[in-house]
Amino acid sequence: MHETDSMVMEFSVPNTLESEIDELITHYPEKRSVTLMALHALQAHFGFVSDAGIEWIAQKLDQTPLAVLELVTFYPMFSREPLGKFHFRICRTLSCALNGSEKIYWALCEQLGLDKNVHKRQTTPDGRFTVEFVECLACCNKGPVLFLNEDFHENMTEESVSKLLTICNGDNSSERKGTGK
Amino acid sequence: MPQKNRLILKNLDNKDYNNTLSCYLEEGGYETLKKALSLKEKTTQDGKKLSPQQQLRDEVKASGLRGRGGAGFSTGLKWSFVNRASGKPIYLVCNCDESEPGTFKDRQIVHKDPHQLIEGMIISCFANDVHLAYIYIRGEFNEGAKILNRALDEARSRNLLGKNILDSGYDLEIYIHRGAGAYICGEETGALSSLEGYRPQPRLKPPYFPAALGLYMCPTIVNNVETLCAVKHVIEIGASQYAKLGIPSDPGTRIVGVSGQVRNPGYFEVEIGKITLGQIINDLAGGPRSGRHIKAIIPGGSSSKVLRADEKITLKTKNPDGTLSEKVVDVFDLPFDSDSIAAAGSMIGSGGIVVIDDTTSMVEVAANVSEFYVHESCGQCTPCREGTRWMNKILKRILAGNGRRDDVDELVRISQNIMNGRSLCAFGEAASWPIESYVLKFRDEFLALCASAEDSRKEIWGEAGINRFA
Ligand SMILES: Cc1cc2nc3c(=O)[nH]c(=O)nc-3n(C[C@H](O)[C@H](O)[C@H](O)COP(=O)(O)O)c2cc1C
Ligand code: SF4
Ligand code: FES
Repeated sequence: MHETDSMVMEFSVPNTLESEIDELITHYPEKRSVTLMALHALQAHFGFVSDAGIEWIAQKLDQTPLAVLELVTFYPMFSREPLGKFHFRICRTLSCALNGSEKIYWALCEQLGLDKNVHKRQTTPDGRFTVEFVECLACCNKGPVLFLNEDFHENMTEESVSKLLTICNGDNSSERKGTGK
Repeated sequence: MPQKNRLILKNLDNKDYNNTLSCYLEEGGYETLKKALSLKEKTTQDGKKLSPQQQLRDEVKASGLRGRGGAGFSTGLKWSFVNRASGKPIYLVCNCDESEPGTFKDRQIVHKDPHQLIEGMIISCFANDVHLAYIYIRGEFNEGAKILNRALDEARSRNLLGKNILDSGYDLEIYIHRGAGAYICGEETGALSSLEGYRPQPRLKPPYFPAALGLYMCPTIVNNVETLCAVKHVIEIGASQYAKLGIPSDPGTRIVGVSGQVRNPGYFEVEIGKITLGQIINDLAGGPRSGRHIKAIIPGGSSSKVLRADEKITLKTKNPDGTLSEKVVDVFDLPFDSDSIAAAGSMIGSGGIVVIDDTTSMVEVAANVSEFYVHESCGQCTPCREGTRWMNKILKRILAGNGRRDDVDELVRISQNIMNGRSLCAFGEAASWPIESYVLKFRDEFLALCASAEDSRKEIWGEAGINRFA
């Protein structure tokens, strides 16, 4: 899944994004501290964290690429591969589970042809949908809860999740919605 | 039941209240900060000079306020440990990681009343000579981070933050630092590692007590969102008034969250120790759903030990003459305060109550909770990293119908080999206490599943079948 040299050449960080990161550098006594926020910024813009992105952050913050990669692989929110245009993150932790989060997950997986017994991040072959189970989202009173991209949905049922899917399916724009920026 | 004495949640759910600065100012916002900034040096009777900062710290200490992040440590005492003689800057980090399963209180404050948190932070920073502070917010609170950033900008535009705040000569900046989905960032030293740009692995204490060697190896205060809001109320109404709320060993109010299998899950601000677990669950959260019965209660986030609904607890109370008297109470009659929940062998933790009813298997609960700790162990120490996985494997095997009688004690044994300081941070305890408690308190459920599986294998394979799926 790693890019070829020609893709690295094409990698370019827009000025607005770079100045956002320059601003972040002023927030901390040490540049290294910006790594996490820079990763968020790049993932929000590119949809995932590429090798080229890691190199770019490392250079910008005077770090080794390994120091950056070390964070990417630790934190669950980062992805090394492009995420689907529609990214479902469903809470699987206790309070949501007691209120049926498993059913929501199964319904989604079945309708998308994904393996419902796999809890790790899965993307449909056409690259449109990514589904994963995540841990407690601190909204346990409204469980089951989920994120569809950056939008939060509470008190989900099998019906309401199917409705969400229908809306996604009817959306033919190529933009990924709600990139968290 | 009406909720009396609300401090932190006083405004935030009112229909015409919103999270803007103008709305906060209309409700008297930032008046307490003004009061704090305008304090004058005081001389005590014995001639000692007390700076405004010292007066504020004394006030917080006198209030008896205990941290709301989980450990329940005295805030005033924590502040008094800060090394003020090192010559290094002092940092303050607001812990807004809120990732303890069952906890959703800080989210309400951040989303609906961010300025209350900011005011509490500025007062706390001023009291501790902090000039740079961070809000460590979990990555999934992307909306919350935006709201806070906007609120911080508003505060800057009114000179409530930045240089020479309200002409007091005091400078402070507060920035947001977002996590990215790892529970261990809630552990204070994990949060500091994360802020420094390292993997969020907790640090060994000693020597890395934040008060001495915290962020960038400088003295650092880490406090929870709700704690910092409570500080604002302590300063606003005064320590003696604040200490009248709650009970002497655990004063004030706190926000409890009730979730799981109840009719009206939600969050409620209650006066500590003046309401029972039963009142919170039955009166505030509507009690069990129709036709169901409560079987188990997790009183303080998923890391706390479970309580059986039919448990009896012996409470010791001090009489006015100093003697102790004992009283046996029902779980539901247990006052909701640190001491009473501790007397029941559990902890009030982050105030996240999870209710489990009789339709749910405790083995399922154990497997679900165990899965969380497997995912979230930072992997730094072996008992925690391996032990959590081992327990999870056994629990899944039992659920798959392949348990054996020995598994029940094995789970207890493994959990006891993770806890009691055998791992580097308190996550080890957080991951093993609950599992140990489920097995010890609901042994019959675990044993029944294991025994029937073992017997049916024995029927087919003979004695050799017992360990077939071990
Ligand atoms: C594994 C683990 C997770 C924690 N998660 C949180 C959290 O999400 N939020 C929080 O405020 N404190 C959390 N804590 C407690 C913090 O380490 C620390 O005690 C707390 O933030 C101090 O603030 P307080 O004194 O105001 O309670 C956690 C502790 C451990 C061991
Ligand atoms: S106890 Fe667990 S979470 Fe804490 S440092 Fe060790 S491995 Fe990491
Ligand atoms: S358990 Fe799902 S949000 Fe907390």
